[in-house]
Amino acid sequence: MPAERGNQFGPAPKFVRRFGRTQRALHWVHATAFFALLGTGLVLWLPTLSTWVGRRPLVKDVHLWTAIAWAVAIVLIIIFGDRQGLRADWREVERIDADDRRWLVGRRAPQGRFNAGQKLNVIVTTAFALLFAVSGVFLWLAARESRFRWDGPIVVHDALTLLSVLLVLGHLYLALVHPTTRHALRGMTLGDVREDWARTHHSKWIEESERRTGV
Amino acid sequence: MNDRLLGRAAFLGILGAGAAGIVWGRNVADIVGRLVPDQIAEILPTKGWRIYTIRGIPRIDPAVFRLRVDGLVERPLSLSLENLRELPRAEQVSDFHCVTGWSVENVHWAGIRFDDLLAEAGPQPEARWLQFFSEEVPYVDTLSLEQALVPDAMLALDMDGKPLTKPHGFPTRVVMPRMYGYKGVKWVNRIHIRRDFVPGYWETHGYDSDAWIGKSNFGFIKGQE
Repeated sequence: MPAERGNQFGPAPKFVRRFGRTQRALHWVHATAFFALLGTGLVLWLPTLSTWVGRRPLVKDVHLWTAIAWAVAIVLIIIFGDRQGLRADWREVERIDADDRRWLVGRRAPQGRFNAGQKLNVIVTTAFALLFAVSGVFLWLAARESRFRWDGPIVVHDALTLLSVLLVLGHLYLALVHPTTRHALRGMTLGDVREDWARTHHSKWIEESERRTGV
Repeated sequence: MNDRLLGRAAFLGILGAGAAGIVWGRNVADIVGRLVPDQIAEILPTKGWRIYTIRGIPRIDPAVFRLRVDGLVERPLSLSLENLRELPRAEQVSDFHCVTGWSVENVHWAGIRFDDLLAEAGPQPEARWLQFFSEEVPYVDTLSLEQALVPDAMLALDMDGKPLTKPHGFPTRVVMPRMYGYKGVKWVNRIHIRRDFVPGYWETHGYDSDAWIGKSNFGFIKGQE
């Protein structure tokens, strides 16, 4: 936890750990690969961009090798990272409790370390990543072997692209712009967040960890 | 329901829907194609078709449209839509394969065989290549004389029982079912008969000139036959 000194405005704020190195590495590898794949994918998909950029075979190569690098990096992080922590996170994400359901329909409800929206974001993003990979493998096969050439994979790959762009736009807004949520970005960069912010937005998390540590 | 099952159900549900889409995606596109009005369906990726352009769909006034056939011919032609409709009419049902991976089966085309068109113009002995110019400048592509004369290549005027729609190349387009779709120049306004080969638009961007289906454009791994 970084030590920050207090000043004339008051005592140093307290910070709590939200994401470990494994979680942050997964997030940033996925985010970097997503934008590289989106950029090259759009060039391959939209005729206007194809013309503007040209060099289609090179763009195809970059798209394919980025996808391979993404998959390898994700697997390596999971193998060599904090697998126990990841399993605990996934269990937490899968649990959509009564408070989460209230929160999702727009009512006030105390939230845990992940709010219900974040839980759904993790679920959808993980499922989309798997489907992107599977449909992408079929597209790769289709380019080399005509018996793998049918519409399904391309329809799914395209639909995933559109939905992911919407999802990521919302994600970027909440992480960078929206005043009450953008502090969360610190958790994904430095790993910790201000305790008072966490207490407001993720009260069940703070209360539970206080109960556990006996504070 | 168990709190934990809810999240897992959402996860598995998305995976299941995606897997179904990978297997049956085309059928979904067909259903969408039937539900939305024709004008919208033509530009959406419905009915299996995707409309790719390099500059956008060109506007063509059918009243002033002329197809020019020039170059190494005895009688250069300038044909109106009416003139084209008077030429011997051929029909065929063939599959359409796009190099990006999608296909549309059993497309009904009607139009003019290239030997009927060339008979009008009278190619000179050294004629070897047909270069097709599109109203969508600078889209061009080329077929050899032998390729253009295969029995199922044609200059199409109709698709699925109706005149070509704008997104599909109104008023005329090349149909070459044995090759990938980028050889099928849309909005053709000029056929230039040549002695020398000239690469087409996508061929200058790295695609194969002889775009035989299943035997070309292994674009992902270079140098592989």
